[in-house]
Amino acid sequence: MNNNTILQVSDLYVAYGSIQALHGVCMEVHKGELVSICGVNGAGKSTVLKAIAGVLKPRSGSIRFKGKEVAGSKPEQLHKMGMALVPEGRDIFPSLTVEENLRIGAFGRRLDKSYAADLEDLFSLFPILKERYHQAGGLLSGGEQQMLAIARGLISNPDLLMLDEPSLGLSPALVDQIFELIIELKSRNITILLVEQNAQRALGIADRAYLFSNGRIEYSGRPQELMDNVDITSVYLGGQNGGDV
Amino acid sequence: MNAQILLEFAINVLSMGSLYALISLGLVFVFGICKLVNYAYGEFITVSAYVLYFLGVFTGLPWLLVFLFGILAGVAVGFFSELVAFRPFRERSLDALLVTSFAVSVILQRLFQLGISPRSKAVPVPAFFNMNIQILGVITPLRNLLIIGTTVVLLTVLVLIMKYTTLGVAMRGASENFVTARLMGVPANLMISVAFIISGFLAGVVAIFWSARTGSVEPMMGGTPLLIGFIAVVIGGMHSLPGSVVGGYVYAFISNVLSLTLPSSLLSFRDAFMFAIVIAFLVLKPEGLLRGNYQEERVG
Repeated sequence: MNNNTILQVSDLYVAYGSIQALHGVCMEVHKGELVSICGVNGAGKSTVLKAIAGVLKPRSGSIRFKGKEVAGSKPEQLHKMGMALVPEGRDIFPSLTVEENLRIGAFGRRLDKSYAADLEDLFSLFPILKERYHQAGGLLSGGEQQMLAIARGLISNPDLLMLDEPSLGLSPALVDQIFELIIELKSRNITILLVEQNAQRALGIADRAYLFSNGRIEYSGRPQELMDNVDITSVYLGGQNGGDV
Repeated sequence: MNAQILLEFAINVLSMGSLYALISLGLVFVFGICKLVNYAYGEFITVSAYVLYFLGVFTGLPWLLVFLFGILAGVAVGFFSELVAFRPFRERSLDALLVTSFAVSVILQRLFQLGISPRSKAVPVPAFFNMNIQILGVITPLRNLLIIGTTVVLLTVLVLIMKYTTLGVAMRGASENFVTARLMGVPANLMISVAFIISGFLAGVVAIFWSARTGSVEPMMGGTPLLIGFIAVVIGGMHSLPGSVVGGYVYAFISNVLSLTLPSSLLSFRDAFMFAIVIAFLVLKPEGLLRGNYQEERVG
């Protein structure tokens, strides 16, 4: 572990009741990196994000965030420390307006000038949110909700942004838009941990990748090495179109 | 003459409905955040009523201070019961919480019976509460107008808090999706404490007007307002704060209509008719009049 490591997960075991979901996962994320986690449904991709974000309590193992041991911490504490998870299925607050959704994303922040500036910055990334600012989140389309969910994660200026299946259920055009956005965020030096079933796309933009299978890391390395060494068309990556299993 | 009956009816519905709205609002605040149906809510009201009784009888405090302490007692019992009884079980299951709320309710009732008295005690009420007021020929006690005014003020303040403060917005978010709100940095303990504090506050206000109407306090008195709260919530909708308020007023409206229209031989069965209506709601419109925030995502 060097100074550049923002997240280090070692020997992580997580279970849902009696069902083991993660068997000794080790992984790390460095500052400014875009790391992608791939694998089929049920491989443990979302589970590892939830464990890192504090939604699931690990059975054992260590999670170090910015040099501090955080395994078992509460989600709100981890958010305060600089994590932001954009959950699978967006989970925006449907009856709250776009403004209110963002305001919860900025919980603990003062709504001052720097907030207003960050908001303007977000609007330049997501112009649609400015248009829909006073509309209820539940009235947005799926793509717009995903934009809102990502914006809600970004408004806290996280040190680590975790995206759980951001392209899930979106049309191909919108998937393109989401991936362009992730590239833009990466160019802004935001550290990103990306869980995607659409492995082809995710590997195309990632600096490094982990391939999950049955709660274990099957392979890790540069995307190109991964694609060279693992049979891409195998079940792991879900075939040409990635996605819908 | 007709206009007079109408006005009297309106005042009855609005005053009764205001009280019922505050009762059910106190239940729904906690349910919205914790998904807990708090059976101990009735005892929050009882605790406040006993404080009103003790301060009113044994001290010479001005009535405004007595009311204030009565409400503070509600706030305190809400806050501390969550801290002591509910928090340790929160991570377990909703069933554990539900049973805990029964336990808190029974323990408090027994404490009143053993520590105070199983008999009912007369709660002193400031004289102006029962002073009769004449509006356009309709005579009504002043407390009926006071509860309407108090409710209007409280609802306005609550709406402003829930709409414009970060805490209020966070509470609405947390009641829609608690885990996601926590992921955004909203502290779970704070949300739940505030919900119980508001619930206890409303119980305290209810205690003032409830004991002014019945004139007394006794260990088991919490059962009736709790039942009223449940009925109002079934009518209005468990998942919506405005729904619970609407439910309170609709309950009062139906109840008053039944009182006016039922023949006197059936009047003693008014509650049975009320329950039949509640059952009809549960069968035909189980989500209540206002559905709350359970929207499906649009595809796109």
